[in-house]
Amino acid sequence: MTFFVITLIKAALWAAAILLSLLYLQWIERKVIAHVQLRLGPSRVGPHGLLQPLADVMKLLLKEDLTPAGAHKFLYLLAPFLAVSLALVPVVVLPFGPEVEVFGVRTALHLADLNIGVLFLLAVTSLGVYGTALAGWASNSKYALLGALRSSAQMISYELPMAIAVVAPLLLANTLSLQGLAEAQGGYYGGWIPRWNVFQLPAPQIFGCVIFLISGFAETNRVPFDLPEAENELVAGFHTEYSSLKFASFFMAEYANMITSCAFATVLFFGAWQPLWPEAKGSGYFPTLLFGLAGLVALYHGLHPARPKDRITLPVVALAFFGLAAVFLIPVVRPVLLPVFWFVLKAGSLLFTFMWVRATLPRFRYDQLMAFTWKFLFPVAMVNLLATGLLVAVYGK
Amino acid sequence: MPETYPQTYFPVLVQIVIACAVAGGMLAGSFFLGKKVRNPVKELPYECGIVPVGSARERFSVKFYLVGMVFILFDIEAIFLYPWAVIYRELRLFAFVEMAVFIGLVLCGFFYIWKQGALDWSPRGSPEE
Repeated sequence: MTFFVITLIKAALWAAAILLSLLYLQWIERKVIAHVQLRLGPSRVGPHGLLQPLADVMKLLLKEDLTPAGAHKFLYLLAPFLAVSLALVPVVVLPFGPEVEVFGVRTALHLADLNIGVLFLLAVTSLGVYGTALAGWASNSKYALLGALRSSAQMISYELPMAIAVVAPLLLANTLSLQGLAEAQGGYYGGWIPRWNVFQLPAPQIFGCVIFLISGFAETNRVPFDLPEAENELVAGFHTEYSSLKFASFFMAEYANMITSCAFATVLFFGAWQPLWPEAKGSGYFPTLLFGLAGLVALYHGLHPARPKDRITLPVVALAFFGLAAVFLIPVVRPVLLPVFWFVLKAGSLLFTFMWVRATLPRFRYDQLMAFTWKFLFPVAMVNLLATGLLVAVYGK
Repeated sequence: MPETYPQTYFPVLVQIVIACAVAGGMLAGSFFLGKKVRNPVKELPYECGIVPVGSARERFSVKFYLVGMVFILFDIEAIFLYPWAVIYRELRLFAFVEMAVFIGLVLCGFFYIWKQGALDWSPRGSPEE
């Protein structure tokens, strides 16, 4: 009975966390891209534009809900529903930390530890292509149909190198459970270098990781692979005919898929919740140091403000950072927060890379895009797999 | 700790319910709160201001079917790799040789379709190739 209660509480926490991060990921991305391009980004709604996501949701909520003439009504509704619901399910298998004891209750920091976790994750994320394909076909618009076709062909093509790149770290860990993968990457070489799969001997997965991340960009339809929404030729691709929150749901699905693929990469290649260096050597104080430094920087800029209102907002931000730094010193919550911190830090760095790439690179041409995956990524992923297999078979313990 | 089969999969069920509730809530929210002013011109599919001609569900390039078929063939092969990876440390070189033979055969097929031009998206001999 307690198990079910704990599961329900955890599920509620997970859902709140993922919905909040989806809301603010958009804001963070707009800020990051703005700063890369020497702009300010959203800055009108609330201090530093912090209320912008809420304003966007309200606006889209009150917009007219249009259905184009000749659309297949049921499939037209089903497409955004599938996109969002399938994008939210994979969080269930992500391991945010080991088994911990909180206030006398032993629980693991994952919702479900399936013995087929990797397969489950791949299966659910690849079902996402139905949302895209149905949206394009159902809305009775030529742009939408072309966008959906391109998008589905692209997503299934990049799924192949991705699926093969995933197998190589599995050869090192010999398990399909994500928590098992995380545990297999514990320990350090020479006391300092983490045994994550990117560094793991006898076959460091550097190429596997790069292949996985490139496919991740394409799977989530992100720049430089955002052909489905090439606005100069296809208006908005598969969601041309969608308005109001139905339109927003495709974006929400895209961001949720982005989080999933970054988190999956973290589990497969970057040791999930394992700290960067051993806890015995003080990695447990890193979050306090990091948030403390961030607080100091914010405080400095608050005292030397670039704009008058920064005099108030930045010290408040600094206080929030100091508060976070202090929370990481409370002994009761440390065992829960530390693994989650490392997981979020790693996945967050990958998410930042996604945004950075979007601000930097132009778009591929469609034939280049398809040739790249079939003629380059797929063979390279195969070679990487065979090389890993040989190294593990000969040198593995 | 979960021990039985239903206990292991109970969180998955909960998550599916939450995900469906969020998705359904989004659709219902904009359906009830958005304003509704309909007219036939507004409901036309967008085509840059021109009245659309014919159905949008037209025939499209056979390339897309080809990609779909090739994907299914190779994806089945990729799925074979997963159980192989899990028991790899027990079988070692034996497993490696077996899988190398299998992958070799599959790659023969891959290079055949490559030479047949199934993976080319620009026309043969065009400067774009």
